[in-house]
Amino acid sequence: MYQTKYHKAASFDDAVAALGAAEDGKYLAGGQTLLATMKQRLAAPTDLVDLRGIDGMVGISVDGDSVTIGAATTHAEVASNAALRAVIPVLCDLAVLIGDPAVRHMGTIGGSLANNDPAADYPAAVLGLNGTVITNQREIPADEYFEGLFTTALDEGEIIKAVRFPKPRRAAYQKFPNPASRFALVGVLVADTGDGPRVAVTGAGSDGVFRAEALEEALAGGFSAASLEGASVDSDGLMGDIHATPEYRAHLIGVLARRGVAAAG
Amino acid sequence: MSTGIGARVKRKEDKRFTTGQGRYTDDVRVDNQAYAVFVRSPHAHAKITGIDKSEAEAMDGVIAVLDGHQLTGDGIGNLICGWAVSSKDGSPMNMGAWSALATDTARYVGDAVAVVIADSRQEARDAAEAVVVDYEELPVVVTSDKALESGAPQIHDNAAGNLCFDWEIGDEAAADKGLAEAAHVTQMRIVNNRLSPNPMEPRSAVAIYDSAEEHYTLYTTSQNPHVARLVLSAFYNVAPEHKLRVIAPDVGGGFGAKIYIYPEEITCLWASMKTGRSVKWTADRSEAFMTDAHGRDHITNARMGFDQNGKITGFKVDTLANLGAYMSLFSSATPTYLYATLLSGQYDIANIYGNVKGVYTNTVPVDAYRGAGRPEASFLVERMMETAAREMGMDPAELRRRNFIGSFPHQTPVIMTYDAGDFAGNLDMAQKAADVAGFPARRAEAAQRGKLRGLGYSCYIEACGIAPSAAVGSLGAGVGLWESAEVRVNPVGTIEILTGSHSHGQGHETTFSQIVAERFGLPIENVSIVHGDTDKVQFGMGTYGSRSGAVGMSAIVKAMDKVEAKVRKIAAHVLEASEDDIVIENGAVKVAGTDKQMLWHEVGLAAYTAHNLPAGMEPGLKETAFYDPVNFTFPAGCYIAEVEVDPETGVTKVVQFTAADDFGTIINPMIVEGQVHGGAAQGIGQAMLEGVVYDQDGQLLTGSYMDYCMPRADDVPFYTIEHNKTVCPGNPLGIKGCGEAGAIGTPPAIINAITDAIGNNDLQMPATPLKVWTALQAAAKPMAAE
Ligand SMILES: Cc1cc2nc3c(=O)[nH]c(=O)nc-3n(C[C@H](O)[C@H](O)[C@H](O)COP(=O)(O)OP(=O)(O)OC[C@H]3O[C@@H](n4cnc5c(N)ncnc54)[C@H](O)[C@@H]3O)c2cc1C
Repeated sequence: MYQTKYHKAASFDDAVAALGAAEDGKYLAGGQTLLATMKQRLAAPTDLVDLRGIDGMVGISVDGDSVTIGAATTHAEVASNAALRAVIPVLCDLAVLIGDPAVRHMGTIGGSLANNDPAADYPAAVLGLNGTVITNQREIPADEYFEGLFTTALDEGEIIKAVRFPKPRRAAYQKFPNPASRFALVGVLVADTGDGPRVAVTGAGSDGVFRAEALEEALAGGFSAASLEGASVDSDGLMGDIHATPEYRAHLIGVLARRGVAAAG
Repeated sequence: MSTGIGARVKRKEDKRFTTGQGRYTDDVRVDNQAYAVFVRSPHAHAKITGIDKSEAEAMDGVIAVLDGHQLTGDGIGNLICGWAVSSKDGSPMNMGAWSALATDTARYVGDAVAVVIADSRQEARDAAEAVVVDYEELPVVVTSDKALESGAPQIHDNAAGNLCFDWEIGDEAAADKGLAEAAHVTQMRIVNNRLSPNPMEPRSAVAIYDSAEEHYTLYTTSQNPHVARLVLSAFYNVAPEHKLRVIAPDVGGGFGAKIYIYPEEITCLWASMKTGRSVKWTADRSEAFMTDAHGRDHITNARMGFDQNGKITGFKVDTLANLGAYMSLFSSATPTYLYATLLSGQYDIANIYGNVKGVYTNTVPVDAYRGAGRPEASFLVERMMETAAREMGMDPAELRRRNFIGSFPHQTPVIMTYDAGDFAGNLDMAQKAADVAGFPARRAEAAQRGKLRGLGYSCYIEACGIAPSAAVGSLGAGVGLWESAEVRVNPVGTIEILTGSHSHGQGHETTFSQIVAERFGLPIENVSIVHGDTDKVQFGMGTYGSRSGAVGMSAIVKAMDKVEAKVRKIAAHVLEASEDDIVIENGAVKVAGTDKQMLWHEVGLAAYTAHNLPAGMEPGLKETAFYDPVNFTFPAGCYIAEVEVDPETGVTKVVQFTAADDFGTIINPMIVEGQVHGGAAQGIGQAMLEGVVYDQDGQLLTGSYMDYCMPRADDVPFYTIEHNKTVCPGNPLGIKGCGEAGAIGTPPAIINAITDAIGNNDLQMPATPLKVWTALQAAAKPMAAE
């Protein structure tokens, strides 16, 4: 790690100002991505502006059929929150699959979404459940938020405050972990929402998380595993690496979608 | 409770390890400490056309920036290979020059080119980034088959076509004849995947130079500190042996990777002299992946012939062994004498021929890794047997039974003389414990759940305690492979054992104490084990090849024989009895049939006060022995794995695993079971998870745990472990060794089980979900066509 200055922001304005004043600053949440890259000297911010102390950044609130999760809420909190489980259990089921206990007790939903790793789990939840990313400046619908590998609609210095999720009728997340890293080799979130079925796929796309339209169309005829028989995902545009070929990923998306729909009940 | 041979004694060393009080090399802090960080080649093959150190030298805290020309200019020798192998035409192996810091050419990604010595690690790292090396990139080759193709990039000038040696064993004409006469021939291409050793503690060195005494001390992560000193002194010209002390304190795992002397240790010693500062280097995990000697990496084509009754008529093997860019210390022996000498497996095979080509590539050197040659042999033989049985429509266990060696000693056509074993007994034991009879029902039940269940065997044999020294010397070894021990009985009767073996996870402090406790009837608390320091221990060849029991403990026994002889003489003299009447039991030295006795510590005191010793006897009670074994030892066993495959995804779970091992005498069953557990986990790792991948440009794609998959707790099953016992006739305790068996015997059992489940024999390691799914697709295709 190179030398870096640490700031603890007390408010959004404070954070934005600290970042603006820095030569090459970065926001810090759980550090589970950022600190690791800094230790490997792949990132070298001059300043770290810690967002976790800002009022309202942590916590889960349920408001009828909608849930709002503060950006600095840890994966462990999401995994174990009883109020959340009563409304959108798939979020708890997904969060408990992230990393290991140490990672889950430090890493945050906002950090994961700002980072937008193509193999991360939360992007599938936000896209699949049609969530809304709430920043210090605006609200960004899921379909407009993810822009590619490690790229999002966030502007320079924009801070994710929270994420809001509408309650789906039913939903399930199926993760096929990369054997080595245990990030998603393929992760599929299927949701039966008020606006029709949504199928979001993480881990597989060359441009990051995406909606599997062919599968959504198939499910429009009825939210059941049977509807997915014969539906397939094209391997074009899927990632190939030492762990999985594009064809294998395409196949897994189909398998996981069927299993997800069955699990969603 | 007994603490002697056969007792499940808890490990004495674990209090310090589990409470964080172990003392590893990186824990060593000395005065005047500086830190080394290496500048490494980012290219797999490149000419070094210039090094600009000026910016780095001017940076804060930098003491020196040193390069390969300075190192060789100071007379530091090239790295050596400790085992000379000749090609079949009699020519010596073509050894490529390997300087600790590359001078003109870098040959793998990570090859050290320069070193920065600075006041802090941070400053050294910053400065290392500021060293500007000009490279002229050269074409790259990373696999052994491609490296042998005509027109492949040439890696060393003196190894034409990248061929280091073209070695053979056995009788080719006889093997050809056996195959020609066969009723059935099984032919396979088998890749033994390249592995990264991954000891928990990365390599580390602390070098201290005392200019007044012209003396060096090296703390380092070594499995064999005396060998390190010998090599550093005799070949690298760092210092004469009496001016060089090597200490290997607590070492957190080795698996072979810490046998060798690497460029970093040599450079730290030299740099400490050059700068007048103590120099510390500790690898980070990325460096470990990049620079620790890898293991395995064979490509083999083999044919095995059988007669009408399933008797093997001939076996012919062609292996390409990837040596990496340079020859590591035992890299020539691992794919030859440690591999092809076991091609007979547990079977009576009259005709065997093996050809092994050692090949240079632009990858990190490859050398012995837990099992070292023997896993490659057992994987090959056991995959061939299982596949042949399937092809001939025979029960794989029955095919093995028809070919088992049944009487001992047995001379194989590939050098080895097996001294003892009960191969059919091992198989019976494993089949019973695994309830093989119940397998069809388990398979049917799994099918109900949509899972494909398969069962695979492995009847492995290995050779431990490489010996005797004269024999290995005649095969090219540059060292003798004996062991030494000193038994010091103190005046108060407590005992220190100084051993040349080195414990880096094996539990010697416990098991070595147990054999002393057994012999003299003392509590193990009264025994301590001293190892890992060339200033304390007389000499030693270290720990690898499962030799510490068979060879290291035998040396202790020999030294205890001498102690006992002296104790008898002293007691007979003091108690005024005949030596023949003296018995030693429960910590007392008695005259049989009387109530006359001396307590153990009274004998110790008598020896050191020397007030009343037999005429002419020297005072003291301390004896040394050097033990050279008469033969290898041959642990063998039968492993049976059962797996379940999810046909939709290729995900495979090992659901049952049974091991029946014959390790001869067992000193501590708990520790032996731990060795089998760990070895089997490593074997499952090799079979299903682990594999080093370089891309075409020689960049390491598996350079971290994000891509290199180590076994985790939920990847391994609960193990059932049984012990058969035929005593090894070659050493006083009857020990065969158990340290590598799990890693040797497990991979074929797993792959045989998976191929059984999926109905396709064509499956290479690691059998990842991707590979199993792909093999399932291939297996399904011809069926669909029918
Ligand atoms: C061993 C290990 C295993 C892991 N396994 C998984 C896994 O299986 N699945 C998975 O999805 N992830 C996994 N992760 C990643 C983990 O989920 C991280 O927590 C997450 O990627 C980043 O969150 P963080 O809070 O740690 O963010 P940080 O590392 O602190 O920051 C990440 C990036 O986001 C920015 N940032 C952080 N918060 C905000 C905000 N509120 N607004 C704007 N920008 C912000 C930072 O500036 C930085 O660029 C793993 C990590 C590790 C170390």
